[in-house]
Amino acid sequence: MASAGDTRLGRAAGQPAWWLQVVPVILGLGAFAVYATLRAFEGAYFQWGPYLSPFYSPLIDVHHKYWPFSPALLILGGPLGFRVTCYYYRKAYYRAFFFDPPACAVTEKSGRVYRGETRFPLILQNAHRYFLYLAVIFMAFLWHDAVRGFLFNDGFGVGVGSIVLLANVSLLSLYFLSCHSLRHLVGGKLDCFSCAVAGRARHQAWSWLGALNEQHMLFAWISLFGVGLADFYVRLVSSGAIRDLRLL
Amino acid sequence: MNGKYETHEHDVLVIGAGGAGLRAAIEALAQGASVGVVCKSLLGKAHTVMAEGGIAAAMANVDEADDWRAHFRDTIRGGKFLNNWRMAQIHAQESSERVRELEQWGALFDRTKDGRILQRAFGGHTFKRLCHVGDRTGLEMIRTLQDRGVQMGFDVYMECAITRLLKDGDRLAGAFGYWRENGRFVVFKAKSVVLATGGIGKAWPITSNSWEYTGDGMALAYDAGAELMDMEFVQFHPTGMVWPPGVQGILVTEAVRGEGGILRNKTGERFMERYDPKRMELSTRDVVARAIYTEVREGRGTEHGGAYLDISQKPAEYVKRKLPSMYHQFLELADVDITKGPMEVGPTCHYMMGGVKVEADTAASTVPGLFAAGEVAAGLHGANRLGGNSLSDLLVFGRRAGLVAAQHAKATVAPSLDPGQIDSAERAMLAPFERKEGESPYALHSDLQENMQKLVGIFRTEEDLRQALTKIEELKERSQRMSVSGSRMFNPGWHLGRDLESMLTVVEAVTRSALARQESRGAHSRIDYPDLDLSWGKQNNVIARKNERMELRQVPIPDMPEDLQVLLTEEKGSAA
Amino acid sequence: MSDATLKIFRGTREIGATVDYRVPIAPGMVVLDALHYVQSHLAPDLAVRWNCKAGKCGSCSAEVNGRPRLTCKTRMDTFPQDKPITILPMKSFPVIKDLVTDVSWNYKVNKKIPPFQPRAGVEWRMYQEDIDRVQEFRKCIECFLCQNVCHVLRDHDKQEQFGGPRFFVRVAGLEMHPLDGLQRTGLLKTELGIGLCNITKCCTEVCPEDIHITDNAIIPLKERVVDDFYDPLLGLVRKIRNAKEPAK
Repeated sequence: MASAGDTRLGRAAGQPAWWLQVVPVILGLGAFAVYATLRAFEGAYFQWGPYLSPFYSPLIDVHHKYWPFSPALLILGGPLGFRVTCYYYRKAYYRAFFFDPPACAVTEKSGRVYRGETRFPLILQNAHRYFLYLAVIFMAFLWHDAVRGFLFNDGFGVGVGSIVLLANVSLLSLYFLSCHSLRHLVGGKLDCFSCAVAGRARHQAWSWLGALNEQHMLFAWISLFGVGLADFYVRLVSSGAIRDLRLL
Repeated sequence: MNGKYETHEHDVLVIGAGGAGLRAAIEALAQGASVGVVCKSLLGKAHTVMAEGGIAAAMANVDEADDWRAHFRDTIRGGKFLNNWRMAQIHAQESSERVRELEQWGALFDRTKDGRILQRAFGGHTFKRLCHVGDRTGLEMIRTLQDRGVQMGFDVYMECAITRLLKDGDRLAGAFGYWRENGRFVVFKAKSVVLATGGIGKAWPITSNSWEYTGDGMALAYDAGAELMDMEFVQFHPTGMVWPPGVQGILVTEAVRGEGGILRNKTGERFMERYDPKRMELSTRDVVARAIYTEVREGRGTEHGGAYLDISQKPAEYVKRKLPSMYHQFLELADVDITKGPMEVGPTCHYMMGGVKVEADTAASTVPGLFAAGEVAAGLHGANRLGGNSLSDLLVFGRRAGLVAAQHAKATVAPSLDPGQIDSAERAMLAPFERKEGESPYALHSDLQENMQKLVGIFRTEEDLRQALTKIEELKERSQRMSVSGSRMFNPGWHLGRDLESMLTVVEAVTRSALARQESRGAHSRIDYPDLDLSWGKQNNVIARKNERMELRQVPIPDMPEDLQVLLTEEKGSAA
Repeated sequence: MSDATLKIFRGTREIGATVDYRVPIAPGMVVLDALHYVQSHLAPDLAVRWNCKAGKCGSCSAEVNGRPRLTCKTRMDTFPQDKPITILPMKSFPVIKDLVTDVSWNYKVNKKIPPFQPRAGVEWRMYQEDIDRVQEFRKCIECFLCQNVCHVLRDHDKQEQFGGPRFFVRVAGLEMHPLDGLQRTGLLKTELGIGLCNITKCCTEVCPEDIHITDNAIIPLKERVVDDFYDPLLGLVRKIRNAKEPAK
């Protein structure tokens, strides 16, 4: 398209450096990916006392009857798929890793074919809601794990690990509840709340989820670090590097 | 016609794409006419977009006692009995239906609890009557009309300015104009022309109006031989922003007062108690504007020469929901959080009650084939317009103008265009390019504005007005020496030069009419004639072009039928 | 009072360059005030589109120091005084002259969208809870800054296949209108190419009306497109329903 093209050398003048937004995303997601990969393949130090690392929950075939590798690999696809197809993370990695665009009003490399999310594989992003359905199962297990984290051999108790697991599942729940697809399914898909069956209740639920949805990015990040830290804590305790502090 | 000019032919040509123009176009289309809409800006940017408070219509959704009779009475009382009674009657009777129509075309007004259109209180209206969408009612209205018209299939000529109406003998034949983008000329041939060009605010420096509001329609009509009426009645909206200087004049919606905003002077006194103890802040605009002006003149103004308007006693969430644009406007442009503290406000030139004299039922001017609706037309509002009556005016009379224009087009044969008129219109447009080192249109404009602000403002005297007329004559002479630099491509200097011509015609009409009316009524306040004069209450000032000169005469206002007079008598005592 | 230097693009789509102008600064001045000063004192033929000068009409869009903005709402005191302020026309639209661009493409896209059509036999009652979210979309002032910043249009020139954020907002307003009876998901998927949007949110960042374009308009529409075209379960449900009650 004809525009003022060549004369726009001043374009960058005064604009904040675009990479300031991109670098933290690359570092954050990159660090998590490296750590999670290492831990998933490690296949050890994921359990201690009543604690189970969220990377390994639900725990399947721990004795390698059918599956010779780390049990984490059996289940990681669920949470991973939920996050990869998440509307927030899509924005984050399209910008940071695909430079599509690197930042607003910053010119992309030209000459690349752009198809957005209209072709394979990115068209699969539309399956986000199915990962949401899967996530329900994971959330159930993780809550179960969190409750179990308070049940020691000698009965009810509270260790630092119990609190870590509870905090982790709470943050994950906030991330889950603020999901765009969930908001849609609960009420967003209705054209007219007051005309629908249970419309008032659905409107209320939709409003609450909508309020959470505004913080979806925040929940995405803190729940990501939360789950990493929870696993890390279990690993530390399980490997004997530190001892779990029993508070009660 | 020679092939020298790009030419378009329509049954109905609508000049102006605000509420009145779009509503006229929609109605003409519905009648099966081919319709062209010409506008100086992009579609959807007309001044209607800035209307904030609401559309007045006696739907009685909130106050059950309301009906068209009450609306009629309020309009006439607000207009100080100078209104055309028939227009006020049609307006009050038809506005509810026009609002419902908007809803059926997709507009979404704020709702009552039981799902109907919510209505709010406004100055001069006895009941809660203004259908609204927060404080962006005009945007909702223009977007609805725009989408409706586009879908029905009118041709829009955007960023195209009309500089002359073309005639075939006595009747209208079309219009001549230029494309702002490339400066090329264009001719429209039409059996009917509807003027919907809005007001004249840009003749004053402190105004809520955009650059477009230069009185084009009134000047075009005047040049084409139509009559102008009530030109002395220029509404100064009481509340415009006063600080910082760059935003001076930007409108602060009356909805702030409608929602409970309180006016105070610098001593903290709620001064409206002295000017209109009954209605206070919700008095009519002329009264509130004069009150603020008087407070400032007598030394009780705020730091920057205004009054304080305070809505911060209401819950912050409520203010943000009902007045979102005001909240952002003050936060971003003036560093004032209106949920925490008062705004500084002062009068700003806002609306023209006068304009093209039209027939009440048909919106027809005195020139066959020429119609006018909305702010460019006179009659409905008399000496002072009530807030909210403008948007309803656009809908009611826009529709009527479109309807009759289409019928007129059906009943007449195609006019023929006179190449002589077109050539002379072209020469007039090109003249400023041929003069070198002449007057700058920007300097002329700013001198014109200063003249009007100083001499033809809220309070007027014979001496000032006479001086203003002399100044206007000088400005006219200087405008003959105006020159323009650059090319014809999107050249704002050149465009302003043409707009100045319209403004010069209109301000002369305003000043002459103001000089003639030796009384104070509504928006027209004479320091030398401070009282209402009953005999002046029975006549309108009418202006027409006779032998290249502006001629002013008084025309008696039409007699109101008994059954309508009855509606007024019961309350007349409290008016004035 | 001090001076500021404005670097303003002067020229046409064929040829042009920025030109420096010195402008005295007054308190509270916005960029549009500065442009008006240039017009009336230094360059009478400087082409600028503007109307209301109050942020309500959306005419005065331009790129100020690389960021798409309304010049009437951009305060001069938000920039460091010692550096020049660069003002360029919107990049995604062809320049006509100086800061004025040809935005007619938007009006063509708008024509493709079927307008509001009430469902048969509706009762004209609507409740605030049903229209709250639509009223957000109806705040749009058509400044086209979102269209300008969207990389699908700005860098990939998909004007033929893509409608752009402004028109997703418009369609969202129609689709979620409680009394509207039309379905526009097919239009969204094909002519308006919503799949090309990769929800990178620049439209939301530049919106002067604070419309949550991505979260509240585009993503809910994407979810509706999934409902109608990509969700196999819902497709199955539709098939069964249609088999039960033959199409009208």
